[in-house]
Amino acid sequence: MSDKLLVIGETRDGSLRNVTFEAIAAAKKINADGEIVGVICGDDDLESQANEMIHFGADRVVTVKHDNLKTYTSEGYGQAVLAVMNEESPDGIVMGHTAIGKDLTPKLASKLEIGLISDATEIEADGDKVVFTRPIYSGKAFEKKIVTDDVTFATIRPNNIPALDRDESRTGDITAMDVDVTDIRTVIKEVIRKASEGVDLSEAKVIVSGGRGVKSADGFKPLHELADLLGGAVGASRGACDAEYCDYSLQIGQTGKVVTPDLYIACGISGAIQHLAGMSNSKVIVAINKDPEANIFNVADYGVVGDIFEVIPLLIEEIKKMKEEVKA
Amino acid sequence: MNIYVLLKKTFDTEEKIAVSNGQIEDDGAEYIINPYDEYAVEEAINQRDAHGGEVTVVTIGDEDSEKQLRTALAMGADKAVLINTEDDLEDGDQFTTAKILEAFFDEKDVDLILAGNVAIDEASGQVGPRLAERLDIPYVTTITGLKIDGNTVYIDKDVEGDLEKVETTLPVLVTCQQGLNEPRYPSLPGIMKAKKKPLEELEIDDLDLDEDELEPKTKTIEIFLPPEKEAGRVLEGELDAQVKELVSLLRNEAKVL
Repeated sequence: MSDKLLVIGETRDGSLRNVTFEAIAAAKKINADGEIVGVICGDDDLESQANEMIHFGADRVVTVKHDNLKTYTSEGYGQAVLAVMNEESPDGIVMGHTAIGKDLTPKLASKLEIGLISDATEIEADGDKVVFTRPIYSGKAFEKKIVTDDVTFATIRPNNIPALDRDESRTGDITAMDVDVTDIRTVIKEVIRKASEGVDLSEAKVIVSGGRGVKSADGFKPLHELADLLGGAVGASRGACDAEYCDYSLQIGQTGKVVTPDLYIACGISGAIQHLAGMSNSKVIVAINKDPEANIFNVADYGVVGDIFEVIPLLIEEIKKMKEEVKA
Repeated sequence: MNIYVLLKKTFDTEEKIAVSNGQIEDDGAEYIINPYDEYAVEEAINQRDAHGGEVTVVTIGDEDSEKQLRTALAMGADKAVLINTEDDLEDGDQFTTAKILEAFFDEKDVDLILAGNVAIDEASGQVGPRLAERLDIPYVTTITGLKIDGNTVYIDKDVEGDLEKVETTLPVLVTCQQGLNEPRYPSLPGIMKAKKKPLEELEIDDLDLDEDELEPKTKTIEIFLPPEKEAGRVLEGELDAQVKELVSLLRNEAKVL
């Protein structure tokens, strides 16, 4: 049984990412009675983030502040988190399966020679065992996995394990730990922001996705407008990326990202099997396509047969109207 | 430069997945080089052509893995190594794989190791970083650009759509992301030449490893398919009426607006 669980927090632009709160909830699923210790690294004051982790269910938080922790590097964060792990000897470790989570956790697991279950979408305690469900073959199938060693280590896919309710009355200890972060061989010289402001594709609750039917880079404009209106992100099929309508970082599918938003709106996407693998586990799927025979309609909950450049503006208008009515 | 590529064979992306007896049905399945590993092979060849040296592709698998290794040789890699675990290992996980590779790379003179960002089957993305940690060399994941100048390595790294300009030194391990390059198709002369290129086959005994040391740390207890998604409703009528109905359904039935 995992008595002490470490949750590695992750910030973006100074705020904790939602997946950190989901990771706290995941730790509770591993052991409802365990002590949850949060870890946050950075080069600035980390107290408000630490408190936020406590409000979302952490019992206490260890912070590591160092100039070399301003931007994430596997070496810097690796040293910091390992120092905390050595001090705390946790029975379990949980982190979000994000760019940083994917980069950092294998290093930690390798150093400690322990197992790691990546990208879990569900966690169930079954007696003494904790069973993790994770997609394989990009969601064409799933596997249930257990850890056969003493330490349980997992990353969780954003948007699948709901965070606990925020409780501002919760309090806990915040300890600053001194770690000398040195010997950094890999340096980040510059970060160039290309992703749209705000919502990340893997964490988005709503995704508006475009395929070859979008026809041009300009054709993505109405999709962005719809995504903004819904507080969502824009994605794309491989066809749209190959045609250079958008960047490969937006690609959803077997190569590219696998996403599970609450609402996926597929615009001008035919629905190749590789694309379906990346999105068919979304909760609600809407397909808009001129071709009534398009494969995407086989997985869509709601389909509209029509030209996306006619349908999307109508949809934007209608959603605006609905929002007005709700407000009134 | 001594350049190594970690390669895995995976199901063709066109394959539908079926489960029988609790296992993924692989009878008659078409295998390919994991698409992300193809970027690694292509990049390795380009770097060798720019800086000289040799490209060795390494895979852990069974005798059928020779096919993917020959494809990489036909693309232009110089040598291949198949670590055949078919007779020795029943189970393995990423810990096992990294441990075998660690033994393989022990006492090898390495400048650059390239791997795919993830394999599209298991998709854990663990093996590259795990191996780098064991070898105590830096690693950079999800790269979209690579330039080597002397001992300095300039890397473009994709971070959820943003671009990081990273600087590090050789030796280094990188994992390749889409956008890094366009993998070439093997040419006919390439395929002919590949047949004669060296392919070394090793077993875990040859690496001074014991099966006990390779005991996996995790175990798969069940494999299942997601529930078949049923085709939903295709709306009918005038387009603006359809859109009205759609918004109402999303709000009141699906409750996602």
